[in-house]
Amino acid sequence: MARMKFLCDADRCIDCNACVTACKNENEVPWGINRRRVVTLNDGLPGERSVSMACMHCTDAPCAAVCPVSCIFPTEEGVVLHSKDLCIGCGYCFYACPFGAPQYPRVGNFGSRGKMDKCTYCAGGGGTEVSGSVEEFKKYGSNRLAQGKLPLCAEMCSTKSLLAGDGDIIAQIYKERVLRRGYGSGAWGWMTAYHA
Amino acid sequence: MTRLLARTSHLLASLMFLALLGVALQTHAQRTDPNAPVEDPDAGAVKETTLLQQHPRIEGRIDIPDKRARVLEQPAGRAWVHFHEVTLRWLGSIAILGTIGILALAYWVLGRIRISAGRSGKKVKRFNPFERFSHWLTAVSFVVLALTGLNITFGKVLLLPLIGAEAFSTLSQGAKYAHNFVGFSFMAGLVLIVTLWLKDNIPKKIDLEWLKQGGGFIKSKHAPAGRFNAGEKAVFWLALGAGAAVAVSGLTLLFPFYGTNIASMHFAQIIHAIVAVLFIALIIAHIYIGTAGMEGAFEAMGTGEVDLNWAKEHHDHWLAETLAKERSSEPPAHSGVVPAK
Repeated sequence: MARMKFLCDADRCIDCNACVTACKNENEVPWGINRRRVVTLNDGLPGERSVSMACMHCTDAPCAAVCPVSCIFPTEEGVVLHSKDLCIGCGYCFYACPFGAPQYPRVGNFGSRGKMDKCTYCAGGGGTEVSGSVEEFKKYGSNRLAQGKLPLCAEMCSTKSLLAGDGDIIAQIYKERVLRRGYGSGAWGWMTAYHA
Repeated sequence: MTRLLARTSHLLASLMFLALLGVALQTHAQRTDPNAPVEDPDAGAVKETTLLQQHPRIEGRIDIPDKRARVLEQPAGRAWVHFHEVTLRWLGSIAILGTIGILALAYWVLGRIRISAGRSGKKVKRFNPFERFSHWLTAVSFVVLALTGLNITFGKVLLLPLIGAEAFSTLSQGAKYAHNFVGFSFMAGLVLIVTLWLKDNIPKKIDLEWLKQGGGFIKSKHAPAGRFNAGEKAVFWLALGAGAAVAVSGLTLLFPFYGTNIASMHFAQIIHAIVAVLFIALIIAHIYIGTAGMEGAFEAMGTGEVDLNWAKEHHDHWLAETLAKERSSEPPAHSGVVPAK
């Protein structure tokens, strides 16, 4: 079975934020929540690079390990999903996440964050809702993976900087690119996310 | 004049075009030449490994208002998870079970510390209702905070398999809110306790003597003490220190990311958790000595009155002071010493 991953080729990312917009639209993500974001490093300086970042669907996901109610879990394809019915909004997954992926509908004073929301790899939710159902869409967003489609952010990427798919395949694509053009600043976050 | 200007500009334009063509041809030649050095556009680019070596977090600029989102990567999250899931579990288990073990051993070896002279039947007032209210406000809050706090670390191991995911989630949600709000009654209780008892808890010479005499645990010796003995003073100061630490770190966690970043949130949680489990161990010992461990001790906080002989054995200096004060200030009819019912 495929092991789903994200890879952002920072040498191609142009900070257009189309991935962010695609994600928000496809999943009808509420105001204030960004499942994906683009961070620009060394902004305006030589060597500036932008990286599109969301949940990396880590190997040994730290959020899943720390969750006090164990509501986060990896699927067979390595996609990290969670159940909003069980989430207590404690905020620990945000502290644990190396990539700042978990989001909450409210600021969170007195523990009032609400249910955690994060990138689902466009694979629906980890609750009891039927896969591809309206209920699932309302709570977690699109379930493209069940339809045999990859996350929309990567599919929409105009420079094909953001890659989604089986980890081995996208790593191979990136490797070929680096060989062909003779440079590459590496797969951002892969060491931390996949121990790669 | 205008014609001349137009001609020169035409000439300039064609010269520029030729120059550009030359440059283009040159680069084209470079690219087709396999031996030409490749200009690496990535040479000056920021690298993940370099950035992480310089700083534990990689931060950049972001277009959305959420400042926390500027942190691109913080591998420390994994280290914090290891603390919470492994280190803290061990530390908490050892501190709490270890204390219970030591107390069980103490009970087995020493047994209940009895009033050696037996009960006198006469009572002395030790704590007034306000002092008892302050104590129990803090005590009840503490127990709620301890149980709901331990649930976050140990609940999924001990309770989740027993009651199932849905019930455990509902319980934990309630526990979270209880923990967040009861924290304030604990802080209020702590402030009251400190104001009421600070002056009686200042360490004095007599405390050394109390320690030398084995703190009342050695039956043949008499350990002298004022209103609070050295052991109680230790509990007071430790509770004040630990209480302040959990209060400050707790408030930081209660208002996340107000002047704090992800690293300080980790730090606050680590301090909160370590101090809390040690505090729980301390309070377990405090509960033991106030109930099962010593005859006549619980009444002090229960009814507010202790037996005269208990006071003689554990707080002789305080008893003498109390009796002297009441004898001089009040008529004998309202004496602090009253017959037991």
